[in-house]
Amino acid sequence: MSGLHMPKPDAETLRKREEIIADMRIIVPGEGVVEAESEMRAFESDGLTAYRQLPLVVVLPETVAQVSRILKYCHERNIRVVPRGSGTSLSGGALPLRDAVLLVMSRFNRILDIDFANRAVVAQPGVTNLGITQAVEHEGFYYAPDPSSQIACSIGGNVAENSGGVHCLKYGLTANNILGIQMVLMNGDVIRLGGKHLDSGGYDLLGLMTGSEGLLGVVTEVTVRILKKPETARALLIGFPSNEQAGQCVADIIGAGIIPGGMEMMDRPAIHAAEAFVNAGYPLDVEALLIVELDGPQAEVHHLIERVEAIAHMNGCTTSRISNSDEERLSFWAGRKAAFPAVGRISPDYYCMDGTIPRKELPRVLAGMRELSEKYGLSVANVFHAGDGNLHPLILYDANKPGELERAEAFGADILRLCVKVGGVLTGEHGVGVEKRDLMPEMFSEEDLNQQIRVKCAFDPNHLLNPGKVFPQLHRCAELGRMHIHRGQVPFPELERF
Amino acid sequence: MTTSTPDSAAEVLNIVRWAAGEEVPLEVLGHGSKRDIGRPVQAEHTLDLSRLTGVTLYEPEELVLSAKAGTPLAEIEDLLARHNQQLAFEPMDYAPLLGGAAGRGTIGGALAANLSGPRRIKAGAARDHVLGVHAVSGRGEAFKSGGRVVKNVTGYDLSKGLAGSWGTLAIVTDVTFKVLPAAETEKTLAVIGLDDVQAASAMAEAMSCSAELSGAAHLPVTVVGRFLEGAFSSEARTVFRVEGVGPSVDYRIDLLAGLMRPHGRMEVLDQSQSRTLWREIRDCRPFADGTSAPVWRLSVAPTQGHKVVDAFRRAAGANAFYDWQGGLVWLRMEADPEEEILRELIAYFGGGHATLVRAAPAIRAAVPVFQPQPPALAALSARLKEQFDPKNILNPSRMATS
Repeated sequence: MSGLHMPKPDAETLRKREEIIADMRIIVPGEGVVEAESEMRAFESDGLTAYRQLPLVVVLPETVAQVSRILKYCHERNIRVVPRGSGTSLSGGALPLRDAVLLVMSRFNRILDIDFANRAVVAQPGVTNLGITQAVEHEGFYYAPDPSSQIACSIGGNVAENSGGVHCLKYGLTANNILGIQMVLMNGDVIRLGGKHLDSGGYDLLGLMTGSEGLLGVVTEVTVRILKKPETARALLIGFPSNEQAGQCVADIIGAGIIPGGMEMMDRPAIHAAEAFVNAGYPLDVEALLIVELDGPQAEVHHLIERVEAIAHMNGCTTSRISNSDEERLSFWAGRKAAFPAVGRISPDYYCMDGTIPRKELPRVLAGMRELSEKYGLSVANVFHAGDGNLHPLILYDANKPGELERAEAFGADILRLCVKVGGVLTGEHGVGVEKRDLMPEMFSEEDLNQQIRVKCAFDPNHLLNPGKVFPQLHRCAELGRMHIHRGQVPFPELERF
Repeated sequence: MTTSTPDSAAEVLNIVRWAAGEEVPLEVLGHGSKRDIGRPVQAEHTLDLSRLTGVTLYEPEELVLSAKAGTPLAEIEDLLARHNQQLAFEPMDYAPLLGGAAGRGTIGGALAANLSGPRRIKAGAARDHVLGVHAVSGRGEAFKSGGRVVKNVTGYDLSKGLAGSWGTLAIVTDVTFKVLPAAETEKTLAVIGLDDVQAASAMAEAMSCSAELSGAAHLPVTVVGRFLEGAFSSEARTVFRVEGVGPSVDYRIDLLAGLMRPHGRMEVLDQSQSRTLWREIRDCRPFADGTSAPVWRLSVAPTQGHKVVDAFRRAAGANAFYDWQGGLVWLRMEADPEEEILRELIAYFGGGHATLVRAAPAIRAAVPVFQPQPPALAALSARLKEQFDPKNILNPSRMATS
């Protein structure tokens, strides 16, 4: 673990471990409490495998009442809790703490209600993202957000991370596709936000919960909006001699009023790695490759695909292919979807970053990355959700070479600083977690962060839920509570007005 | 009563710091076009943001626009229209319903009230399009949240937290929205003569086909004459909007017409009529009658809207029409709001919320305008308010439900 400071374990909790385990067994009888070191190993990290830590104990509840009792118990005894879905987070959001109960929601794995008339599905949080689509596809429906981990990641985890996917620009993130949740607060209170109706009656607490990375509450039920599958989808595979031309093509497509279902870009190192791995038929003599997928009614897709092709030619593309079958369309995607393992094949390890930038800054950011690549002596391959500006630079390194992990992390941090500098953000879809926690001040002032912590204070005033994540320093709520009073005359008074 | 009209975020900060220090309640206003929604605010001082104006960033190809909070919505919509773009959440204009002139309202107000329109079912509300804010909390602390890019999970989404908070948590001074291309054209298919039950089933079927509707509303006989200057014959219309490029719109209208044939006779409205009709639906035109008769806005599961209305009518006289596939009900009372009966029925039919968007001040002072919450949820909301506005100086009691 390279220099990551986590909250100091609470000695009292560690001392009482046996007692806590015994109490957990009372709350969750049967197989739901895991305490043996060998069995807890399976939970010691999430998708950010550079960081590992055994928890105090692993608890796998089955009912909402159990979740409520566990949290209330821990709340009353000042015991920390780390919630976990499927553990696919790439930012360490589910990294255990030595003195914290790891609350694993995987046994909440049932779909409770499929309501086609209201286009809603009610699912327990441990149901996988893809599992929702699979439950409704026989009627031609699907759930739109499709993070690349969709086969494994849970819908509860999607809420915690506000997960995206390749179709975000047209169909939105998790926040735009969920209608309601049931959740348990750290004090054990069970509350419902939203439902099958739209918007909330009071504050948009659902909006605050989405993407809160497990620090505000534990989701026990999710109601999602399902959509009718588009009638058809066709893709273009377009190669460009420069990143600038590819970037301009993306801007011109959007400028023409076209919002593709997916628009992905790969740079030369990523193209070569992917082609070597899956033989997708990608051109190797281009600097940038675009995959543009249009979906919707047939008449629309046929109409728009010709316009996109014309825009590509206007921007000097050197290759352009249009898919004529679903098979061909999927072959265009094969290389992109295999980009991460493909890069994993040419390098012992890789570190995946997740900044978002205003699209027009792409050439500048790619040039900056090339300079940083030379500075750190590490290669980088880029895949890019071009439609929404979300970059995934993959930094290649070898963890067995002393100092390379640290160099890769420093390189990654510099890339994210560059993203912020050009008007972008630290993370587009992977979350802050522990990974980007200490970079938060690059984007936010202390006052900005304090407002976010105030939300935390409303939900979990003792900071017991998933501490050590998201915030570089979690100020005590009592400290934040003090007001700085400015007494004086009313500034800028105007004439009385009725 | 005194009023401040700051023209910079720094001045807003100064005023709020002063008000927090002196514990002076503030009524926070843009144009005041929605001032009559909520419990009447008793405040000594008015903070009028209508001079805090100007679009500060607009990059059409990046689909992003930033503006100061007091910028007129109409000005922003004009600017976007010149680039064939729009605020896809289709913010409604409450003013005509509340007895004011049409076309007023600010971009900050659109966020504070979490405005939306008929396209809500496809494109979401203001909350779904806001990318970032600069704001001043009731503590007199200036902060920013979010950014200017679509895909962003860096820190908590306070922008969404302020959506629909009616100026009670913090005062937004600058706001950044995602903007989207406007549809090239649109048409509306109207099915004629359905009752509420038949319409609910037709709308559910239509929304489940691949015609990608951006509007699904039912206009019962009692309101249909008040649309399009009486152009409809005196039979109910169940209307579906299709937007997009020309060939796609025609194709989808045909697809939908095929599906709706068993439900009844049909007619197709061209682009111009369609635009007018959906604007009237959006702004609740049938009930913009110059009175202050109570009007409820209900959000329930789409298939439950007509059931709530049917049951409610057994207890009270009310006129109603439906948007959002039946999930949004506009309900105009003949006499009293009958709040308790309505809220019981909403709970009975699966939950949702009702807002008394129009009523005389005395009624709004006595009846909870917004949906009361169960105790644990109400306590959480109160803790959030306490964190951002501990002295209760921002629009005090506006959202009060007790």
